[in-house]
Amino acid sequence: MKKSWWKILSFVLLTYTVVGGFLMDVPRLAILNESIRNLYFHVCMWFSMMILFIISVVYSIKYLSGFDYKNDIYAKNFAKLGAFLGILGYATGAIWANYTWVADQNQSLASVLKEPKLLGAAIALLIYGAYFVLRSSFTDIDKRARISAVYNIFAFVMLFPSIWIIPRLVGSLHPGAPGSDSGNPALNFKDIDSRLRMIFYPAIIGWTLLGIWISTLKIRLELIKDKNLLNG
Amino acid sequence: MANKKRNLYLQCPKFIGCLLFLILNLPTFAQDKPEMADVMRSNGKIYVVVAVCLTILIGLFVYVFALDRKIKKMEKDN
Repeated sequence: MKKSWWKILSFVLLTYTVVGGFLMDVPRLAILNESIRNLYFHVCMWFSMMILFIISVVYSIKYLSGFDYKNDIYAKNFAKLGAFLGILGYATGAIWANYTWVADQNQSLASVLKEPKLLGAAIALLIYGAYFVLRSSFTDIDKRARISAVYNIFAFVMLFPSIWIIPRLVGSLHPGAPGSDSGNPALNFKDIDSRLRMIFYPAIIGWTLLGIWISTLKIRLELIKDKNLLNG
Repeated sequence: MANKKRNLYLQCPKFIGCLLFLILNLPTFAQDKPEMADVMRSNGKIYVVVAVCLTILIGLFVYVFALDRKIKKMEKDN
């Protein structure tokens, strides 16, 4: 029970997210209308994905500095859950875009497909997809761990141009593009309403903790399975 | 007298026209404020949505907690 305080915290924060996210007041915005509440769900998926990828790359570096097989298992499972949350972010974004950009803003399919954040996120997820393909193509576990740890660092570095830099340089339908003269829409204090921030930040922490929790479950299961391998 | 009558006759439609114009414009004034799900909030249906989402969330957490306990037991047995 001592160690599980953050699991309870995750539950409390997500309960607060659902209750506060639906019931509390939000700014009245054109086009977005009530769908601004998706900020507590869709955007949080991407934030949790980034945090899980950061944890994953830390374990990959740890693996390379000591060649402890455990760290490889950690890195793999955090990356797996990060990619899963990324896919959820993509799916929720598709629904949201359909009702705001396509239906209300009359954007053509071409302009939605040209959206740099969509392309960047797709590239980033595909690079992580290649990480899992690379892992599964090795039969030798030491070789697999070593090469995929190096590749994981490359995949993480590719996040910088694909989802953080390029979408902010070119025009985008997302907030935070050059046209809307703001940096990071989610973290810029001038851009995001204080009413939204009150739920948005706890929601990020809650979703991230849930992601970490699920990945530690997978890690623990794998460690039990590989116990003979690790000790022998 | 006839002049006055003519004036009234001329002005009345103008006045009614103005009034009509205002009334017809009211919906557009209302649209200046972006439309929100205020009805859903006032009739309390939003609580139904919150209850459904909370049930799913609690169910999810119960499941993950049960998995956690199962794995803890396996770790002890090993």
